[in-house]
Amino acid sequence: MPRTLYDKLWDSHIVYAEDDGPTLLYIDRHLLHEVSSAQPFQGIRQAGRTPWRADANIAMADHNVPTVNRKNGVTDPISLVQIEMLTRNCEENDILLFDMNDRRQGIVHVVGPELGLTLPGMTLVCGDSHTSTHGALGALAFGIGVSEVEAVLTTQCLLTTRLKTMLVQIDGSLQPGVTPKDLTLSVVRKLSIGGGKGYAIEFGGEAVRELSMEGRMTLTNMTIEAGARSGLIGVDATTIDYIDGRLYAPKGSQWDMAVKAWKEFRTDEGAVFDATVALDAGTVQPMITWGTVPDMSVNIGDRLPDPGDEPDKQRRSLFERAYEYMGLKPNTPVTEIKLDKVFLGSCTNGRIEDLRAAAKIVKGRHIAANIKLAMVVPGSTMVKKQAEEEGLDHVFREAGFEWRDSGCSMCLAMNNDRLEPGERCASTSNRNFEGRQGQGGRTHLVSPAMAAAAAVEGHFVDVREMEGKSGS
Amino acid sequence: MDPEITAIVAPIDRIDVDTDAILPKQFLRSIEKTGYGTYLFDEWRYLDHGELGETKVRPLNPDFVLNQPRYADAEILLCRRNFGCGSAREHAVWALHENGFQALIAPSFGDIFANNCYKNGVLPINLSEEDVDRLFVAVALHPGYKLTIDLPRQTIQTPDEKVLPFVIDTFRKRCLIENLNEISYALAHSQKIREFESRRRAEAPWLFNSFSE
Repeated sequence: MPRTLYDKLWDSHIVYAEDDGPTLLYIDRHLLHEVSSAQPFQGIRQAGRTPWRADANIAMADHNVPTVNRKNGVTDPISLVQIEMLTRNCEENDILLFDMNDRRQGIVHVVGPELGLTLPGMTLVCGDSHTSTHGALGALAFGIGVSEVEAVLTTQCLLTTRLKTMLVQIDGSLQPGVTPKDLTLSVVRKLSIGGGKGYAIEFGGEAVRELSMEGRMTLTNMTIEAGARSGLIGVDATTIDYIDGRLYAPKGSQWDMAVKAWKEFRTDEGAVFDATVALDAGTVQPMITWGTVPDMSVNIGDRLPDPGDEPDKQRRSLFERAYEYMGLKPNTPVTEIKLDKVFLGSCTNGRIEDLRAAAKIVKGRHIAANIKLAMVVPGSTMVKKQAEEEGLDHVFREAGFEWRDSGCSMCLAMNNDRLEPGERCASTSNRNFEGRQGQGGRTHLVSPAMAAAAAVEGHFVDVREMEGKSGS
Repeated sequence: MDPEITAIVAPIDRIDVDTDAILPKQFLRSIEKTGYGTYLFDEWRYLDHGELGETKVRPLNPDFVLNQPRYADAEILLCRRNFGCGSAREHAVWALHENGFQALIAPSFGDIFANNCYKNGVLPINLSEEDVDRLFVAVALHPGYKLTIDLPRQTIQTPDEKVLPFVIDTFRKRCLIENLNEISYALAHSQKIREFESRRRAEAPWLFNSFSE
């Protein structure tokens, strides 16, 4: 019987399943970071236990690390305790740690794939909702809470139930100047913020096949923004080529064996999904979010929506509240929205292709006078190094951007990188919730190219009008 | 939660409440499992900016519903659809629990959030949009409005004796009632885990490489 990719991943990890009960699912890889690991390690210590398989775990500091003056250490005393606790816990439990000064450090969801720690056919979990990112490589990956982090550390398994399957079929091709982030935002809008709940979503179709791995990861990263814990893309040549040669990817005869096995991790012809949604990539335009949930988005050429057009009463009231919080008025043209700050980075758009796309726009240009801060925070230290080898740091610096060290930074604003009340930001991250980037801060989610264009013009602009024209 | 509770209901009349709103990020710097209660809905509940470990008395936002005295002893939170979407932070559930909430009622919850609720003995109950609508009306009309939640029978009883049945996964129900620990459950199957692992090691040895420089 033909099976979906999700079915194959699920079936191959069942340790034990009770009739009419939960399944004990084996977890191949567990990524840890400072914010959701202190309590689980404390739990293990109190129970007198040790990790089931220490070498299945890899830890790094990302959520709460400074992105400037890192050699001076962590100055906030509370954050310092948390980061030092991660180091202590990894040392005590013999777990590999990339501390903030390690060349392999970065945001977990950038580092996993880039080092070859994330591989097709595996189950991977992390105490972070954007773990869905790793599904772009044909892995079953999902975010878990702190209690489950302790369960995985202790047993290498999770007690869980099978999800329903959804296929998001994206045919056609993206138009020139339209990016994977725009496609991602339109998928989230189509499904709505809660539309994927209870599902593992597989992305298929011509447009998905045409995406680079970086673009695919942007798409699966924000699957959780449509409510689904897991996003999936079947393995193809793009996947295999991406993994080949990565630091911890299998080598030699192991590589040949692995590639043969990985090719099976795609949905069989004729497999049936519980739900299917279709989207035409050719109609996608550059997009921005205007409101306080990620599905409140419009095309760059549009005006902001009228809450009165919203048929659902509760949604209408959320629109009204969003307008108040965002300091915006219905029917305003998107291009009239002026900005204070620009943030380029995050596990959604902090990869090398993202930085290249933004650099292409800002090259030979300068950020507008009204932009108080424009910052580039590479998704990992290796992305940073790669970008510097390509000279992108100079392009950004000359344009007036700050060039920072890698971490989650202003995506969630746990460290000192944040918006002040009332400040408006073009951000390449994934969430525009109230207060997400700082209490009272106003976030607009966009692609790296659109963020770069907005930095140059000081307000939103259709990036396609700037492409091809040289700034210098 | 206790298998049966009769408790005051507090309403949060807003769809898509995310876990960033339930517990803002600055409080995730703590390495403890407790101490989050005073920061629940921090940006809505107070007029000033909250920081971890502060002891000063903070100005309450009089417009925030949970600050009304009538909801001070509430143990049931009535919510709108997609409550607890967004970040995986279990701290959000700890903050609710520390505020005395034992059960949540909504048309739907964020998947990871609902999962985190069960792990902490907080019961997330799904009811239809219509039933939730009616409860919002009833709570607004009757100060001190209480519901009785009977977990073994899977029912909610209203003060006017109306009974609303709800669905819950059998195993999760058992975990809540028997206070069953999932780690102990998994460890009881240690032999099966080892057998699976050795099969997997043979089939996919590259997943068992250890990493160094």
